[in-house]
Amino acid sequence: MIEGARWRRWVFFYLPMAMFLVFLLFPFYWMIITSFRPDGELYRPWNSVNYNPFWTTRPTLEHVRYLFEETLFSQWLWNTTFIALVSTVISLVCGVFAGYALSRLSFPFAGSLGTGIFITYLVPQTLLFIPLAEIIRNYKLGDTPWSLILTYPTFLIPFCTWLMMGYFKAIPRELEECARIDGASRWKAMLYIIIPVAIPGILSAGIFAFTLSWNEFIYALVFLSSPEQKTVPVGVTSELIRGDVFFWGPLMAGALLGSVPVAIAYSFFVEHYVSGLTGSVKG
Amino acid sequence: MGQVVLRNVNKFYDSVHAVKDVNLQIRDKEFVVFVGPSGCGKTTTLRMIAGLEAISSGDVSIDGQVVNNLPPMDRDIAMVFQNYALYPHMSVYDNMAFGLKMRKFARREIAKRVQEAADILDIGDYLKRKPRQLSGGQRQRVALGRAIVRHPRVFLFDEPLSNLDAKLRVQMRVELKKLHQRLGTTAVYVTHDQVEAMTLGDRVVVMRDGVVQQVGEPLDLYNSPANRFVAGFIGSPAMNFATVTMMDGNGRLTAKNAGLELEVPQSQIERLRRHVGREVTIGIRPENLHVATNSDPAGFTFPSKVEVVEQLGSEILLDVRVGADTMVAAVDPTIRARVADQINLAVNPARLHFFDAQTELAL
Amino acid sequence: MAVQAIETTFGEAPPPRRQRLLEDERWLAFMLLVPTMVLLGMFIAYPFARGILLSVTNSRVGVPGQFVGLANYYKIWNDTIFRTAVYNTFLYTAVTTVFKLGLGLWLAMLLNRDFRGKAFTRAFILLPFIIPTVLSTFAWKWMFDPTFSVLNWVLYHLGLITGRINWLGDPDLAMISIIVVNIWRGVPFFAISLLAGLQTISPELNEAAAIDGAKPWQRFWHVTWPLLLPVTMVVVLFSVIQTFADFQIVYVMTGGGPANATHLFATYAYQIGVGTGLLSEGAAISLAMFPILFLVVIIQLLYIRRVEVR
Repeated sequence: MIEGARWRRWVFFYLPMAMFLVFLLFPFYWMIITSFRPDGELYRPWNSVNYNPFWTTRPTLEHVRYLFEETLFSQWLWNTTFIALVSTVISLVCGVFAGYALSRLSFPFAGSLGTGIFITYLVPQTLLFIPLAEIIRNYKLGDTPWSLILTYPTFLIPFCTWLMMGYFKAIPRELEECARIDGASRWKAMLYIIIPVAIPGILSAGIFAFTLSWNEFIYALVFLSSPEQKTVPVGVTSELIRGDVFFWGPLMAGALLGSVPVAIAYSFFVEHYVSGLTGSVKG
Repeated sequence: MGQVVLRNVNKFYDSVHAVKDVNLQIRDKEFVVFVGPSGCGKTTTLRMIAGLEAISSGDVSIDGQVVNNLPPMDRDIAMVFQNYALYPHMSVYDNMAFGLKMRKFARREIAKRVQEAADILDIGDYLKRKPRQLSGGQRQRVALGRAIVRHPRVFLFDEPLSNLDAKLRVQMRVELKKLHQRLGTTAVYVTHDQVEAMTLGDRVVVMRDGVVQQVGEPLDLYNSPANRFVAGFIGSPAMNFATVTMMDGNGRLTAKNAGLELEVPQSQIERLRRHVGREVTIGIRPENLHVATNSDPAGFTFPSKVEVVEQLGSEILLDVRVGADTMVAAVDPTIRARVADQINLAVNPARLHFFDAQTELAL
Repeated sequence: MAVQAIETTFGEAPPPRRQRLLEDERWLAFMLLVPTMVLLGMFIAYPFARGILLSVTNSRVGVPGQFVGLANYYKIWNDTIFRTAVYNTFLYTAVTTVFKLGLGLWLAMLLNRDFRGKAFTRAFILLPFIIPTVLSTFAWKWMFDPTFSVLNWVLYHLGLITGRINWLGDPDLAMISIIVVNIWRGVPFFAISLLAGLQTISPELNEAAAIDGAKPWQRFWHVTWPLLLPVTMVVVLFSVIQTFADFQIVYVMTGGGPANATHLFATYAYQIGVGTGLLSEGAAISLAMFPILFLVVIIQLLYIRRVEVR
């Protein structure tokens, strides 16, 4: 594909690619380097002499230690994992069932229900967080993990449903017809034939849903108040800043470590993630 | 046992009347083939027998029991699909065992039956493979195996051979026939290929536009088609048709148009006499035409002009022009004919077919 | 029509052995949809109705309010900060979408070539999109820090500036900074989605066009772009909705400051509804997004339907 003279290749391919990579990845480099740099080096003015901001000769784990010993970071990690896992499982179950019904069964109002779910898929969290906060309070769910476990599915289910509909539609009808003739009820044909065949789709939806709920911010910010209940994004935001003072070292270490679980989940399932991402757009 | 009866079966999709008043009795151990062009309702009929489509009106019964409201799983039937519908996540063994597991057979019985079916179909070596690791012909066998392990009352086949290449299709056709002779299970088979229908079926059901055109043994359909559609559908190359007028002269009946004048054979005169002066459609199969010799009676020959010569080796197909019509004649391979030749063709008088020009029914 | 004589007697159908409700498609569908309907009804439909009711009262936290009609909407209409927020939101959405589309398409075209380490590069490029936005935005905030900014260091050492730039302290620069972060976060999504679209276009089409004498730019304009348009439309509309309702980046970078100059709908709604406890006014502010979001959703639905019909 890459044809033409060498200089053309550099100008039209390597150079722009390198610029993109620097632009897209530098903040992460900056996050990492800050996490391991002693405070003495961190707070040196940008125009001081003999200062190299891109490297440190005296790496330290002080910020990580601070994070785990002086803050509730490990608790936040656990909270986020728990909430993300449970809401993902709930959403997958609901999404797989709903996606199956909408794509493979014919019943009255199937079309308008599908459209309705698609619309809720597009409802941003910031539209409803104030009345939701009131409802959460009325249900006495405020400041508990359940306030998030029950509300995250509102944006995860429509997404999972939409994605699964695409997968289910691609599975030939004859598979379950054959199963039903072979002696399976509709329910068993779905359980033993269609769902196993759709496993790649379910994995994609699951990985995507997990990262979405790990990253969620505004509901967690509004519904949770006590430090020991918080999730990583909210905990880092509210507990590592005292008034106007930012603890940049621990903050970056927290950002780094808070990203690691998502990055690991992502790295194992890049292909599933990408197909989830593109599927979520195309449906 | 495996007796299937359809009584006044209808299917409506919204306003479309897909299957119209189908009545049919399929005997135990019989191999019945539904044939017709795509969209004729044959597959819908099969799916109603299977329970995959609701029956709009009428009933389907299996062994005397009306099954209209019985879900497919309780009908004790097996079906082979056009795309085989093998479960991609299961091994060949599990594919074949699935139906038995669903019916809660003992593990030992399942193993015995799968092995038995694998031996019949010669797929014992692939039992551990996944469907995607098999060739088209092997998949076809697994799909068959999955049907026969169940020992169902009825086999349903939905164009099972149409995804195979031509050579394999002929081979599988023979094997299907052998399999049926060996197992003796009632079979209902849907195809759009009239050759498959003729070779496989004990009886053939020809359908068009949701209506059964004719039911009969293959040779009955070939020899005495009930209407022009069946006549044209069964047989290859297709029957030639020409519109002619019945003329009465000197006690003899002739069928005549601008390029054709044929005598009506004695045996048919009685039936056709009342159509004198009216237009009818005459049908002549290509294989019932030959190049005229002196021994052919004059009333059964006509002149034609060769337009295309197709050498098939075993025979020659001549595309000829007869007046305003074109016809195909399957003639002896020793005939030397060239394009634009004028030749006289003769017809076998016993093999002339006449159809009403309006109703298209055989006369 | 040939009809066979029917010999068998038709026995009455025995009643179904078990009453199998789930064999009926409609019942099964209903059962499968119940959990979804309950959750979405409780936490989307109900809050939506609740939000509308809230916005026509004068509720505060802990104080059930009374009906005040459209007073809240009237109030925010005359609120200069709200008007700034509206202006900001439109600006933010428009500018970032243009850049995200342009850069994303460029990156997608680069990634659509064959080169060594392609899978690896593609995986890394998605990082800004998958890493929690709040956390990565902190890295940007640290890079834009007025005193310790690494950007200032780079610009200074390149000789482009002599004094420091107070990125987040100046209203215009703060807006630019926020826009940069949003573009950074959104480009991977555009690039990967458009790449998926590009990969569905058969290379034979471009080869055919090349044989017909089309130059690279003409090939892009007459072959690639029209075929990519459906995917592009969906991605853009999607992104517009997300960007229009964005909260996290502004919340972390500036908190709406300096002097409330960088608020968006969502951050201002948060400040009023949660920060100062004026629930009903906050609800009115976030619901003010609804008509525009609704319009975009309708466009998207119509577009998808049109594509499906084709």
